[in-house]
Amino acid sequence: MADDLFNSFMNGPDDKGRFGIFGGRFVSETLMPLILSLEEEYERAKTDPAFWAEMDDLWKNYVGRPSPLYFAERLTDHLGGAKIYLKRDELNHTGAHKINNVLGQILLARRMGKTRIIAETGAGQHGVATATVCAKFGLKCVVYMGAHDVRRQAPNVFRMRLLGAEVIPVTSGRGTLKDAMNDALRDWVTNVRDTFYCIGTVAGPHPYPAMVRDFQSIIGKEVRWQLAEQEGEGRLPDTVIAAIGGGSNAMGLFYPFLDDKSVNIIGVEAGGKGVDEKMQHCASLTGGRPGVLHGNRTYLLQDDDGQILEGYSISAGLDYPGIGPEHSWLHEVGRAQYVSITDKEALEAFQLSCALEGIIPALEPSHALAHVMKIAGDLPREHIIVMNMCGRGDKDIFTVAKHLGFDMSDTEGRDAD
Amino acid sequence: MTRIDAKFAELRGQGKKAFVSYVMAGDPDYATSLEVVKGLPGAGVDIIELGLPFTDPMADGPTIQAAGQRALEAGMTLQKTLDLATEFRKTDDTTPIVLMGYYNPIYNRGVDTFLTDAKAAGIDGLIVVDLPPEEDDELCIPAQAAGLNFIRLATPTTDDKRLPKVLQNTSGFVYYVSITGITGAAEAQATDVAPEVARIKAKTDLPVIVGFGVRTPDTARAIAGAADGTVVGSAIVSQIAAGKPPAEVLAFVKSLADGAHSA
Repeated sequence: MADDLFNSFMNGPDDKGRFGIFGGRFVSETLMPLILSLEEEYERAKTDPAFWAEMDDLWKNYVGRPSPLYFAERLTDHLGGAKIYLKRDELNHTGAHKINNVLGQILLARRMGKTRIIAETGAGQHGVATATVCAKFGLKCVVYMGAHDVRRQAPNVFRMRLLGAEVIPVTSGRGTLKDAMNDALRDWVTNVRDTFYCIGTVAGPHPYPAMVRDFQSIIGKEVRWQLAEQEGEGRLPDTVIAAIGGGSNAMGLFYPFLDDKSVNIIGVEAGGKGVDEKMQHCASLTGGRPGVLHGNRTYLLQDDDGQILEGYSISAGLDYPGIGPEHSWLHEVGRAQYVSITDKEALEAFQLSCALEGIIPALEPSHALAHVMKIAGDLPREHIIVMNMCGRGDKDIFTVAKHLGFDMSDTEGRDAD
Repeated sequence: MTRIDAKFAELRGQGKKAFVSYVMAGDPDYATSLEVVKGLPGAGVDIIELGLPFTDPMADGPTIQAAGQRALEAGMTLQKTLDLATEFRKTDDTTPIVLMGYYNPIYNRGVDTFLTDAKAAGIDGLIVVDLPPEEDDELCIPAQAAGLNFIRLATPTTDDKRLPKVLQNTSGFVYYVSITGITGAAEAQATDVAPEVARIKAKTDLPVIVGFGVRTPDTARAIAGAADGTVVGSAIVSQIAAGKPPAEVLAFVKSLADGAHSA
């Protein structure tokens, strides 16, 4: 037993907030006292049955959990190999996994007496989830979103405004998720006394990576009992696959399986236009190296001088030059495998999911599905893959239409030239 | 004894407050910024804070963000920042230089290599915004061992319980951030600052310098009067952003220095 504990992959982070060398608390002094009090509050909440009772109630009655674990039969037949299950987190209220975590953080903010919530968002899913929960609890909500993302994710911007949030377009840098996070941190430093920063992914200073992972782990925990229900007691997935920007939906799926040695774990990064020297991608693990940004040490896309590079991806939710520190650690210790998928491959997967399963996926999980398409055919029929369908694609139809040459403004629906 | 310690001893002897100025290395280009930096001691600057450009300056307001951007676009790097210091040292061996920036460019270079090179370039102290005491093993401890001062920020959120931790491995001076916020934001108020400075001085013998939100000679005088000195950054950087020639920038710096020194 002692030996099992010693060898566990689930013990991180240590008391300095580190997973191996990754993680930590690289923030300015102004924020440090708040981060320490957040850690204390989270440690208290973690062992407080009343906190989890409230979470469970909201997950069930407000979010709609558990999300189904769905056997994708036609996709399985089409690919002709492994049996493919989709974890349907796109069916959650607000259309993605993001709300799992937001609920937890907002309950903590309330326990800490904070009255103003700020968030950063890329694709807008985390922003929408934050605006939603703030509306429900009557909290003031401010969302920072890169100006470039505001343009490509217009439906989500409108949703956030309907929900009463103030959306601030960020024009610094290239106007994407990284820049939104910088401005959210600047807001936090300025309004530290009444403001809670609701981070949307498993990154940032300790305790965020561990806390967000814990809230998202509901995904993997459900998969465990749902698969046993459908495939027989004790049956574990052979492979779990999820897309990674910062990596919260992936950590949520992976974490409960880290110590099950038979489970193969694969994270899929955004390969953009291809992972090469032109850096037109967001594959931090495949194309980056360790550095310090946004409060943690992790793999980052950076130049020779340690300046952070702007990533690129068709998917606004994956367009971030870093990755959660726990993923960096899982990559270095070899517990998880990380691969990349290009825009083009993701678009093909997007269409295949629509055509074969009647599920319009977000561009983020389309990356995960593209990797499933690559490997499923070569695996035996008894091999079970569970892929996290972490978001729905309504927000992406304009982007996809543009890439497929379909003119949305043409009322007769003709294909564009 | 570093150049910083020597400078404060000298100022104490003269009964003067310290005036510290911040400019971004390489803003708007290497040559112009070298000319400005070389002129700072003559304009009355006691300690030079030299900004190390970084793509993601999370604690800085729009003025210094833009300065870093201009410097990077003009090809500035960590190496060229050290080169600038080396060049300055050829004609000035007494004015302390404090390098101020973020950790990643330093981490990327390798802490040991960086410390050797910084020391050789004549850098006297470091202010690294994203390294709180909790991360002292990263750079603070090695820097002190290499003979560089590691200057820490204390802020309005640093309460009495935490203050000893912040002061523990600090050397050179303590930089008190007058506001909760980013650089170049709301104006600092001497009435708010004085009790905070007293609170810090009760726990340390180090000089306490106050920055963030100081833009005019009058504020510089008021804030310096409430502490051991003051820092001005964004207001000077704004002059450079406006395209003012070095002589005009330095004349503005002189007005600020005169303000601080009249306290």
